[in-house]
Amino acid sequence: MERRTIFAGWVLPVLLVAPQLLLTVFFFLWPAGRAMWTSLERQDAFGIRTEFVGLDNFADLFADPLYLDSAVRTVGFCAAVAVLAMGTALLLAVFADRDIRGRAIYRTLLIWPYAIAPAIAAVLWVLLLHPQIGLVAHGLKAIGILWDYKLNDAQAMTVVILASAWKQVSYNFIFFLAGLQSIPKAVIEAARMDGARGWRRFRTITLPLLAPTMFFLIVVNIVYAAFDTFATIQALTQGGPGKATETLMLKVYRDGLINLDLGSSSAQSVVLMLGIVVLTALQFRFIGRRNAE
Amino acid sequence: MSHSVHRRTLLTGTAALTAASLSGVAAAQGAKTKIVFWHAMSGPLGDEIGNICKAFNAAQAEYEVEPIFKGTYPETLTAAIAAWRAGQAPHLVQMFEVGTGSMLAAGPAVKQVWQLAQETGIKLDPEAYIGGVRGYYSLSDGRMASMPFNSSTAIMWYNKDAFEKAGLDPNKAPTTWTEVIAACRALKAKSSTPIPMTTSWPTWVHIEEYGAMHDLPVATKGNGFDGLDTELKINTPPFVKHLNRLLEMSKEGLFKYGGRDAAAGPLFVSGEAAIIFDSSAARAAIKRDGKFNAGAALLPTDPDVNPNPINSVIGGASLWTMTTPKRTAAEYKGVATFLKFIGQPEQDAHWHQVSGYVPVTFGGWELSKKQGFYDRNPGTDIPIVQLSRGKLTANSKGFRLGRMIELRNIIQEEMEKALQGQQGAQAALDNAVARGNKVLREFEKSAKG
Repeated sequence: MERRTIFAGWVLPVLLVAPQLLLTVFFFLWPAGRAMWTSLERQDAFGIRTEFVGLDNFADLFADPLYLDSAVRTVGFCAAVAVLAMGTALLLAVFADRDIRGRAIYRTLLIWPYAIAPAIAAVLWVLLLHPQIGLVAHGLKAIGILWDYKLNDAQAMTVVILASAWKQVSYNFIFFLAGLQSIPKAVIEAARMDGARGWRRFRTITLPLLAPTMFFLIVVNIVYAAFDTFATIQALTQGGPGKATETLMLKVYRDGLINLDLGSSSAQSVVLMLGIVVLTALQFRFIGRRNAE
Repeated sequence: MSHSVHRRTLLTGTAALTAASLSGVAAAQGAKTKIVFWHAMSGPLGDEIGNICKAFNAAQAEYEVEPIFKGTYPETLTAAIAAWRAGQAPHLVQMFEVGTGSMLAAGPAVKQVWQLAQETGIKLDPEAYIGGVRGYYSLSDGRMASMPFNSSTAIMWYNKDAFEKAGLDPNKAPTTWTEVIAACRALKAKSSTPIPMTTSWPTWVHIEEYGAMHDLPVATKGNGFDGLDTELKINTPPFVKHLNRLLEMSKEGLFKYGGRDAAAGPLFVSGEAAIIFDSSAARAAIKRDGKFNAGAALLPTDPDVNPNPINSVIGGASLWTMTTPKRTAAEYKGVATFLKFIGQPEQDAHWHQVSGYVPVTFGGWELSKKQGFYDRNPGTDIPIVQLSRGKLTANSKGFRLGRMIELRNIIQEEMEKALQGQQGAQAALDNAVARGNKVLREFEKSAKG
């Protein structure tokens, strides 16, 4: 049964939808349209001399080995962040779902990091990991590890992955916990009666039932890692050393706002936008099919 | 139908409202012409800019300068560009020296100093400004494009206490790179500090300043002054040799890379590094936070590359006059009056003494000497001595390269790869030249349009 509200005229519905539509137009359609147009132009920083260059910016982009490196790096980074953030969150959620004392406190504490602004979180990480003043850095030095993420590609990547994943654990935790709690107790009980023990029960009952949550989170985490980690990376490494931690998002920012190459930066934004479109389409399709089953 | 009408009335309504509020603002200002001045100085230096503007506003009744802090240099640049595109550019904007090439290519967006002087009839004499400072912001024929304001240069800072501990003479800083290496070895042997040597501004110090002082071209076409078709020349033997020396020193534990741009600064201030190459304007921070005796000295040189090193180039920023379609002659006159005001000896000397930047006028320099500032503050004349050493050449008057921030970053990135052992000095500089030239060509295309 569907419930529908029938409006008498069209004024009220239009008014109700208008704020949302206006926001979409001003904050998405208009800038996105501008970006698409700018991506076809070459212009100086002030926009005094503008020239239509067709797909030149895109051609330059895909002919640039540094851009392709950056794309590959971004894929690896996203995968690492998603796996780490989701794995940790799932583990924590499974434990927080048990009947333990102070459960509410653990849950609240685990959600906290989500409320911290990325730049502030990054500063905290700097205080921990800074090669000279960081607490963790001192510890690592004490056990003989040469720690200097400012001049070590692998360490720099580890740092930005850790910091980015940490930020996302809370979000994933909430969803996993909700997912776990929505699994009917009866199903678990039935499995227990059939003799399935801890790990087996988790693998054959809990995990499949968590799959929709899991898939939703994979998409969200990839989008997060690709687009929302800019502040964290910028504050920690600015993409360095070399280009070791330069993701596509960082490159858009640097080429657009620092290097003032608006054509190339817009072309990169359009490429990223296509990426999001594909991800969203995949998600809709997959979830749509799941719901239909 | 009806909603399009609706929208139109709404828009007209908004326009009317905006107009009303604008005229209200104009009325509230009364007779004074307002000059908006965007700057990038935070903290105590920002307060000082406020004081300068207050002094100007008090000194005359026609104009009122309103200083507005717009963030870091790159942020200020981006903000100014966005504002100009929207027809809302400030009257004056403080722009760092590496943005000079981009601003010069900005054509109608800016009014160059010589133009401003001509149109307003207010004399802004280039001869009053110190050569090394003026040259950076002038056209090839000597006409000034922007107004020198806060200029520094890179110098060597060293920890005198650490030198003493290492058995070195704290009053005799190393002057050549050979002496620097010897000093660093001594510092390391006695472990006076955890780090013998580090550097801020890797590109500025080790490429730009190194090139200027040794009279080596960093780029063709007179470092870009004579044409947009300039190419980087930093993969020549002297630069390669110098970068290689840094790599060797890093391997030996004498040199520690502290990050891009100004990131290494705190390493010296905290007493961790004994020697740093940094801006002369770091003086305020070193004086305030350093718990040791700090010495200032000239940047070391390579006698076998050039036995008679010449002047270094400036860093810092200058003031650019910006345009909007509606800007009046009175407003430009106000800008010119303000620029003339800050170039007076008293103003320049004061700014120099409180900020740690060098005086930009001969008047300000003379006055500071007369006031005994350099006797009371030993080391404060080092940047001026270094900036005025020898005879200015095409290689030492500065750089006129488009997208220079990007060029600096590219060079830093290639250095970082080399310092990790991923490539040698020659390969690093070859890559930097190849990548840099690509950027220069892009800039050339966009500037020619």
